[in-house]
Amino acid sequence: MKNKYSIFSLIKNAFSNHENWQRAWRDPEPKKEYDAVIVGGGGHGLATAYYLAKKHNLTNIAVVEKGWIGGGNTGRNTTIIRSNYLWDASAGLYDHALKIWEGLSQELNYNVMFSQRGVMNLAHNLQDVRDLKRRTHANRLNGIDAVWLETDEVKKFCPIINTSQDIRYPVLGGTLQRRAGTARHDAVAWGYARGADEMGVDIIQNCEVKGIKRNGDSVEGLETTKGFIKTKKIGVVAAGHSSVLANMAGLKLPLESKPLQALVSEPVKPIIDTVVMSNAVHAYVSQSDKGELVIGAGTDSYVSYTQKGSFNIVEETLKAILELYPIFSRMKMLRQWGGIVDICPDASPIISKTSIKGLYFNCGWGTGGFKATPGSGDLFAHTIANDEPHKLNAAFNINRFVSGDLVDEHGAAAVAH
Amino acid sequence: MFLINCPYCGERDQSEFVSGGEAHIARPKQPTELNDDQWAEYLFMRKNIKGIQFERWNHAHGCRKWFNVARDTSNDKIEKIYKMGEQPPKL
Repeated sequence: MKNKYSIFSLIKNAFSNHENWQRAWRDPEPKKEYDAVIVGGGGHGLATAYYLAKKHNLTNIAVVEKGWIGGGNTGRNTTIIRSNYLWDASAGLYDHALKIWEGLSQELNYNVMFSQRGVMNLAHNLQDVRDLKRRTHANRLNGIDAVWLETDEVKKFCPIINTSQDIRYPVLGGTLQRRAGTARHDAVAWGYARGADEMGVDIIQNCEVKGIKRNGDSVEGLETTKGFIKTKKIGVVAAGHSSVLANMAGLKLPLESKPLQALVSEPVKPIIDTVVMSNAVHAYVSQSDKGELVIGAGTDSYVSYTQKGSFNIVEETLKAILELYPIFSRMKMLRQWGGIVDICPDASPIISKTSIKGLYFNCGWGTGGFKATPGSGDLFAHTIANDEPHKLNAAFNINRFVSGDLVDEHGAAAVAH
Repeated sequence: MFLINCPYCGERDQSEFVSGGEAHIARPKQPTELNDDQWAEYLFMRKNIKGIQFERWNHAHGCRKWFNVARDTSNDKIEKIYKMGEQPPKL
């Protein structure tokens, strides 16, 4: 049983110079066989393991991770959480996640620093205005909070935005989801890892999957750098490397892996207390609790697994930031990095069974997977445990690319991809 | 960030080019005879290789011509550039 984190445990450990904190999770060697193995120790993979153990009583399971947990896209995103998606299927999926976020710190006994500071999406032309208003109405019909703001209300909500009508892309208004916000990404991975470990899940780091062993139409196990692991159920949550793993099983996915960059500035005093996104002038910005501006934009246009992108993308992003926030013109950027995002043709994820029995894929989150972490884990755990999708992820099956029943969030999802 | 040696203009920065994605996906000769699986394969399924991938590029801010590139997606190194209609090189 793990010690509970609380103000009292903090005080108690202060007296021993914080040298006696209990380990948050074990570092086990893999067993010969598990009931299920999750490939990928990011937020989504760890959440899947957590809910498999918690809701479906599957505790003889493992998470294998080629690097360290939370070292991939979980630690590389811009931590934005929102659920204001246009289509019913997406609204159901992302709002399911948002509802779990609202109680997650308490559930995990781990402060994920979920901050409902609101996400504002700006409109810069008449088509933006029409699209965003339509999306606001669709959100409200789905029970998701959304309001339309006129230009003066945008200015009031975030005073540093340049709302002059003389700029190239003047702000004509925006939408606001107040329940949306940010969370601390590392804490999400660590909190789920700690919770899963407590229920007996083996988290095996530095263990790369080299092959998926099949026996006809079902899976038998995984070849890894730490030996063969026998299992009848494999859940792959490998983000940018999903196609590589699918290839090991002889499958082909409708994915393209591209670099997505983000950057942070030097830390400054509080200046922006919300998240602002803009499609037309493509950039988004928020401020971390440390004071850094967290900035992101679009992907590079080409397939790459290099975790770095092109400089021109950074340049375009910062041009957009300066157009909207002239106040930032003398800010220095501190760090820049890239992550590899796996993008589906319809910009919606895949949480699905496959044609191979016992092989499940959770992928295609593209540029916006972090927000869905708890919901994705919950629904993927349901799919693996029952060998059937939950009604909330039924639409996100892999077969939609054959049937044509796509969930087309390109451009509809309040952000350009 | 890398340079691409356009077969018509010479070496230019990658930002002048637009990626056209995976190369050598032939448009179906008899579209009406395709079943749903074949359409899905043609329209959506991609190899998305980590390693040497054959792809199309367009010199959008230059000569605007299309050509093929063999590029290692694990390090962005270009192995070979060849013209449209040519067979992929053996690498």
